[in-house]
Amino acid sequence: MVAAAAREIRDGELVFVGMRLPMIAFALAKRTHAPGATGLFENGIIRDAPAAGLLYTMGDPPNLYKSTFCGEMISVMSFLQQGRVNVGFLGAAEVDRFGNLNTTWGRRNGQPVRLPGSGGACDIACLAQRTVVILAHDPQRLVARVGHITSPGNGSGAGWRRAQGLPARSGPSAIITTMGVLRFGEDGEAYLASIHPGIRMEEVLGNTGWTLRVADDLCVTPEPSEGELAAIREIDPNHFWTKT
Amino acid sequence: MTAAAPSKIVSMVQAIAEHVPSGSSVLMGAELEQMIPFSAGHEIIRQRRRDLTLVGPISDILFDQMIGAGCVSRVMAAWVGNASAGVGYCFRRAVERAIPNAIETVDYTNFTLAMALHAAALGVPFLPTYAALGSDLLESNGNLREFDSPVSEDRLIAVRALRPEVAILQAQRADALGNSHLWGNLGVAIDGARASRKVIVVAEEIVAPEVIASDPNRTLIPGFLVSAVVHEPWGAHPSPVQGYYGRDHAFFAEYHEKSRKQEDFEGWLEDWVLKIPSRAQYMMKLGSSRIADLKVREHAFTAPADFGF
Repeated sequence: MVAAAAREIRDGELVFVGMRLPMIAFALAKRTHAPGATGLFENGIIRDAPAAGLLYTMGDPPNLYKSTFCGEMISVMSFLQQGRVNVGFLGAAEVDRFGNLNTTWGRRNGQPVRLPGSGGACDIACLAQRTVVILAHDPQRLVARVGHITSPGNGSGAGWRRAQGLPARSGPSAIITTMGVLRFGEDGEAYLASIHPGIRMEEVLGNTGWTLRVADDLCVTPEPSEGELAAIREIDPNHFWTKT
Repeated sequence: MTAAAPSKIVSMVQAIAEHVPSGSSVLMGAELEQMIPFSAGHEIIRQRRRDLTLVGPISDILFDQMIGAGCVSRVMAAWVGNASAGVGYCFRRAVERAIPNAIETVDYTNFTLAMALHAAALGVPFLPTYAALGSDLLESNGNLREFDSPVSEDRLIAVRALRPEVAILQAQRADALGNSHLWGNLGVAIDGARASRKVIVVAEEIVAPEVIASDPNRTLIPGFLVSAVVHEPWGAHPSPVQGYYGRDHAFFAEYHEKSRKQEDFEGWLEDWVLKIPSRAQYMMKLGSSRIADLKVREHAFTAPADFGF
């Protein structure tokens, strides 16, 4: 999952890096195919070189050490709003068929559960040119319709974002799960674009909370290379973030 | 500055007693995951403040502790939880079940909270942004209002200026008048200081005014904004202070387990806050080997900048 996420970053891009798994995906991309990518962190850090050592949070001292820039949140967020940021990475509790994210109100056994909230996720989802979401693939997380739109994807379908006033060049690009990669069609709905090695189609469809469409040219996600696996071991040696 | 300018250095007990009454709005955690003023928050809990409005983008576990201790009636934040472990259980109990009391949540995004403080820092009633268009946050937060741009065809959100009564900000070093050097990721600290009616600076070190004046670009809080300066080494533990100590990751994981149930949280609060009268005694409880593990292993000083003429 992390390797597939890292491949969404192209070399030379400006990347807005969210908390948790996105930090690992960015570090992996920097060490492998995208050494020229620049990472922006909402707490005010900009990095051209990957941080040395495991990060539990983006404010851990190794993420400041030898960074390119340390400043205010509003400085890095201004690059998002200008439309300069190519791709933003997010985790989420729930995502729906139109790529809307919920990190505010979940449900457990039918009861509402208060989640931590947006953080910078809504800002990234509104303003980055492409938004990539990383989450575990289960039917509680991939739902037909989120109960609360914390961070907007394509809303209710094509044209919705523009109607809200969101920038033309922005929106969801991919959902990377533990089972595959979903992308978005012209109508704004997610479809299965690639399936991870060893995963059966029935598993993907059975663990998705809506009738998931499948691409005509569905492919198998390339296995992580030796180089990618070695880099993940280096970034997260005790598997704090990459448990599987 | 005159030579007779009186020192603003006070104890943490005095600073909280004087500047953080019950019912106030308090900005904390302005520097995001770094430099969270835990020591100040613990003193607020010990002084049994009630009905506070907490303001901050991401507070890590400090807001969770203050909510669990019953100090809070309202939270204006983008994210409340445990940055490395996930949810904040006290926050959940308060919102879902009014334990220990009901709280109102005013949900922001990081950018809109930063803009709310920036507007107050600029002295204007609102600032426009595209962030949060299309989000359900607009339904619950009346400080984010859609409007049509008067100068273009855009629809935007007006973020209402937010002026906290007091900002509690950690600094690496300050002089006795509150002129403060900060470095690292700054989050919303600069706007937070300018936006708030009062500022309490909690400093790792107190230095002579000449040290501050040797590097004025690093003076991010001018002393005239500051009401009180507290000299409190290790005041941000378990969060990190760049150049002073690292993040105590295990402490966050332990708190996650200990706060899962209300009765366990009350035990944790007793052990780490209520029974501990000062940060010095907190550090004794933490223990010398744990402290040694968190100290800077390898210093990395910046290249000097020449202010000569």
